Amino acid sequence: MSVADRINRAARRLPAWPIYLIGAALPVWLFWQGTTGGLGIDPVKAIEQRLGLWALKLIVAGLCITPLRRFAGVNLIRYRRAIGLVAFFYVVLHFLTWLVLDMGLLWSQALGDIAKRPYVTVGMVGLLALMPLALTSNDWSVRRLGALRWRLLHRLTYLAAIAGAVHFLWLVKAWPVEPFLYLGAVLGLLALRAIPRRGRTAA
Amino acid sequence: MRRFRPDLTWSDVTPKAAFLNRRQLIAGAAALGFAGPAAAKLSYAPSSYSTDAEPNTFEQITRYNNFYEFGTGKDEPMAYAGQLTTDPWAVKIDGLVEKPGDYDLADLLKGVALEERIYRFRCVEAWSMVVPWIGFELSEILERVGVQPGAKYVAFETLVRPEEMPGQNYPILDWPYREGLRLDEAMNPLTILATGLYGEEMPKQNGAPIRLVVPWKYGFKSIKSIVRISLTEAQPPCTWNMLQPREYGFYSNVNPEVDHPRWSQATERRIGGGLFAGRELTLMFNGYGDEVASLYAGQDLTKDF
Repeated sequence: MSVADRINRAARRLPAWPIYLIGAALPVWLFWQGTTGGLGIDPVKAIEQRLGLWALKLIVAGLCITPLRRFAGVNLIRYRRAIGLVAFFYVVLHFLTWLVLDMGLLWSQALGDIAKRPYVTVGMVGLLALMPLALTSNDWSVRRLGALRWRLLHRLTYLAAIAGAVHFLWLVKAWPVEPFLYLGAVLGLLALRAIPRRGRTAA
Repeated sequence: MRRFRPDLTWSDVTPKAAFLNRRQLIAGAAALGFAGPAAAKLSYAPSSYSTDAEPNTFEQITRYNNFYEFGTGKDEPMAYAGQLTTDPWAVKIDGLVEKPGDYDLADLLKGVALEERIYRFRCVEAWSMVVPWIGFELSEILERVGVQPGAKYVAFETLVRPEEMPGQNYPILDWPYREGLRLDEAMNPLTILATGLYGEEMPKQNGAPIRLVVPWKYGFKSIKSIVRISLTEAQPPCTWNMLQPREYGFYSNVNPEVDHPRWSQATERRIGGGLFAGRELTLMFNGYGDEVASLYAGQDLTKDF
């Protein structure tokens, strides 16, 4: 039995609901750490950055699922919705951490930054792009929209992923490696989708 | 902010027992050198230039640092600076000076009047601290070596030693780290060379053994672990300014009205306030306007940012 078959077999037995459970528990643990000194000298930045990074990691993980199925025969599609919804949850918490803890609810500066600071603007674009996706990540919406339109709408993930990676790259000082790795991963995973499927292209 | 308080020392501001206690808790990490094992006590006088704001704790000041020579993470200087050799240490003083030379640090420090300067410290990343530095006015050294009439600027360089400064193995900045001041800025009594904090020798992650502190400018101007001071006629190149001239000007005075192109400088987060402390308004010249605003009379600070 191939590795892919083994993974597929295991996946059939493992439900998706623990992803929601762990996904909900992690921010609680993070916040608790922040109030008890476990996150170092600046817990506000630590919470903000960790939530953003977790969201980006989950978005990259979500983008892996289609290429894994297509190129490796590994089918993890049943986890995709949970991964996407938890990613959205973290993006929202990341935004709220910025607004409440980092900005201290200084509305005028926060709104000014969203309009004036490109990295904040791009981050907001990513958050807004994920909203309709989160709202339609349920069986009823898939039926209602029809598979074709639903898939088309959910290509907004690509925009959100690029926005998230650019947001990270744009906010750092100098040119550290890490944000480039995320942007590279996102662009690479999107490029895989552009490879034509065998048998469907002419000549 | 000029308030003369000759009868006060740092121990009146921060309970000494509290901070020593914290150090015992982290004694295991002292081997890394971040607490400066067996750090020598310095003797110093209080200064009327000190703020009456409460200083950040020793722990906050020594575990949250930007010192890219040891890595770009805030905790990396604390983790890796222990291996830095700071003794022997020499500072080359050259350029337009009467007595150029390689000065041993001990000789350089002979006869200087150490003071405690409790200064506000504002990072360009929009966070701030209050630090009880121990140091002396840069002008003391400049007067001793003799500034030639043609000198208009002072340039500084940080040590380059990749085998002890792991961050220098990456081209994240154009090493050596370089900074500079206009001569009148360098001669201002607020500008100090610091050799300690909290009454003890400078912890390595804070720029041991000797660093610049210019409290009305963004923190990156206060160059650490200095090995060279040059008096020049032309404005010297500065590391962050070379990297992104649009974002980091030569002057880099704290100015709430001139934003960093990518973020606002109108407010700051005071480190140590906990999760819900929010933000404080940033003050022009970081609150040192009385002492330094006159240096920039007639200059457009939106252009000379």
